[in-house]
Order: sequence, then structure tokens, then C-alpha cells
Amino acid sequence: MKVVVLGCSRVGAVLAAWLAQNKHEVTVIDWEYNSFRRLPQDLEIKQIMGSGVDREVLQRAGIEKSDAFVAVTNSDNTNLMSAQVVKNKFNVSKVIARVYDPNRAKAFEEIGLNILCPTISSAELLKELLLKPEEEE
Amino acid sequence: MYVVVVGGGQVGVNLTKLLLAEGKEVLLVEKDAKRYAQLSDEFGENVILGDGTELGTLMDTGANRADVLIAATGADQDNLIICQTAKILYLIPKTIARVNDPKNEELFQTLGVDATVSSTRIIGSLIEEKIDPGMVIPLMALKGEVEIFQTELGPDSPFLNKKLSKLKLPEDVIIFAAIRGNEVVIPRGDTVFEEGDKILALTKKEGKEEFRKLFL
Repeated sequence: MKVVVLGCSRVGAVLAAWLAQNKHEVTVIDWEYNSFRRLPQDLEIKQIMGSGVDREVLQRAGIEKSDAFVAVTNSDNTNLMSAQVVKNKFNVSKVIARVYDPNRAKAFEEIGLNILCPTISSAELLKELLLKPEEEE
Repeated sequence: MYVVVVGGGQVGVNLTKLLLAEGKEVLLVEKDAKRYAQLSDEFGENVILGDGTELGTLMDTGANRADVLIAATGADQDNLIICQTAKILYLIPKTIARVNDPKNEELFQTLGVDATVSSTRIIGSLIEEKIDPGMVIPLMALKGEVEIFQTELGPDSPFLNKKLSKLKLPEDVIIFAAIRGNEVVIPRGDTVFEEGDKILALTKKEGKEEFRKLFL
């Protein structure tokens, strides 16, 4: 699978490394050069510097021939806009955006975007952990 | 009319002043606390501190009763998402976005923003105008390929000394105002245009080309 990851955040870097280890073709976009230091040196991961809401940058990252796009910058709005650019302008079958704000996540899910809301997911997991009975020592 | 303006930079501030002067009810939303402190000296209750994309902030503005929301921050992604959330969550009838990268104008409209204003494009056109007099300056792109533009009448303009009703305008063009010195003239059939008048017209894209060929 060919994947473009926007945002070399911690999640972005871990995901890109996992994809590369599993023989997927990965390109990571970030506008901060230092962010690429999060990537492991021994894997083949293409790096593109630039803004992910700019379709020329997305084209340089090979978005037109990609199967999936994942937006995980630390800005909800950047993730939401770039996901919509990719959906509307390029023929990519799988597009996912990370959105921290639950309200925005809900609003954009309603109009058909594929959203991951870590705030809600974490709260759900925490609830499970809290409700799980303590194991006897 | 109740207008919410998001983004207290130069564009947002001047727009707020303009709208207040016209007697409109305006609320300016600024997310930086320092900038907000400066602005509240000037605008008092007409400015609030908050992030325009956050639900809470938009609730505070009473966004659900706003007639128009204008997103005028310096970042295109913020302006787009502000307008979209306003539409989806608050059903605000009209949203306008400032666009910094002209490439985004058409995209924003596809994604549901009602109108876009690109200062980059306007400035670009003004520079072109220096080379090509009689240039049609696009001021605002509206939904459905409709544009508002401005053009200044030079000494050789075929518009001069003729009644508006006698001008053979293309079908898709309406001249709705002329700026003469400091005055704004709303033209009627018997209005005669003068040299130096700045004409404001509403047109479909095809009409604009025809207009340019015929008269400029």
C-alpha cells in the first residue's frame, strides 16, 4: 500500500515506521525539518517539507498515486482541511484525519469524513481501565 | 443584521469598524489574550476572547442567531474550518472566508463556504492593472461562478456620456454602483457615467469576458 502521512508528530512517526517495516511505501510531510528526527534512520521513508494544506506539496508527496492519506499534525484545522483537499482533488480511497476536539470531530463525521478523535478514544479506554476490577496481588 | 467576525488582525479590525459605522451589530472574536486586551480598549463589548473553531466560543457569540459569519484570520485552514463548523453546527445562513492562497478559493466554495475574498488575488490584479489599463478587478467570488468586479472608466471608455439604458450590456452583467469621488452613485436607467467613475458590477464568468471585449 502507498500511504502519505501528514505530520511527523509522535503518532505520525510511529505509524510511518510501522508501515515501512511492513513493506508499505510511506511518505511523511511536515513543515518543520526537525520533526523528521523522530523517524528511525534504518527504514526507507520519504520525507517532504511543506504545508499539508497546499495541494502542490501533496502532489510532491505523490498523493495522486497513493492508496491512503492520514492527517496527524497537532492542528485539528490543518488535518480537517488537508483531508478535504485530498478527498476532493485527488482520487485516494482511504482518508483519515485526527481531530482532538470532540465537537469538531462529530461535525465533520456528519459530513462524511473519516475521523479519529483521540480525546474520546482515550476517555473510553480510561473508563474501561477504571471499571476493571483490581487483580489480587 | 448580526455579524460575527473571527480574527482580530488588520482585516478583521477594519471590517469590524466599517460594519459598526454602518450601524450593524458586530461581534469580533480574537483568540490571543494580549491582542484581545488591546482590542477591548477600543471595541469594549463588541469583542470577545476565544477560539473561533471552539464550540464554546461560538456559543458565547450567540452564533446560532448570526446572519453572517466572516472568518478573517491569517490561516486558510482556520478560516475554512470556522466557516464549515458555523454552517454545520449553527446553520448560519451566510459564511465568508478570507483566502490567503488564491488556489483555495474554488475549493472553499466547493466545501460550502458562500463567498471568498482573496487579497492576494486583488493585489495581483491591481499590479496587472498598472500594465493593462481598463483591467477588470475581481473583488469577490461568489457561489456559482458569479463575481463582483470593479473597473475605472478611462477617457476613451465607451461608457462615457451615454445613459445606462442605452448601453448594450451582455445579458449576465448588472452594474449596481459607481464610485464618483467620495460619492457612491446607484445607477438608474438615466444615469450618465463620467470619466474616472469606478464601476461596480455583478457578473457571471462568461459575461465578464464579453463585457471586457465589448467595452474595455
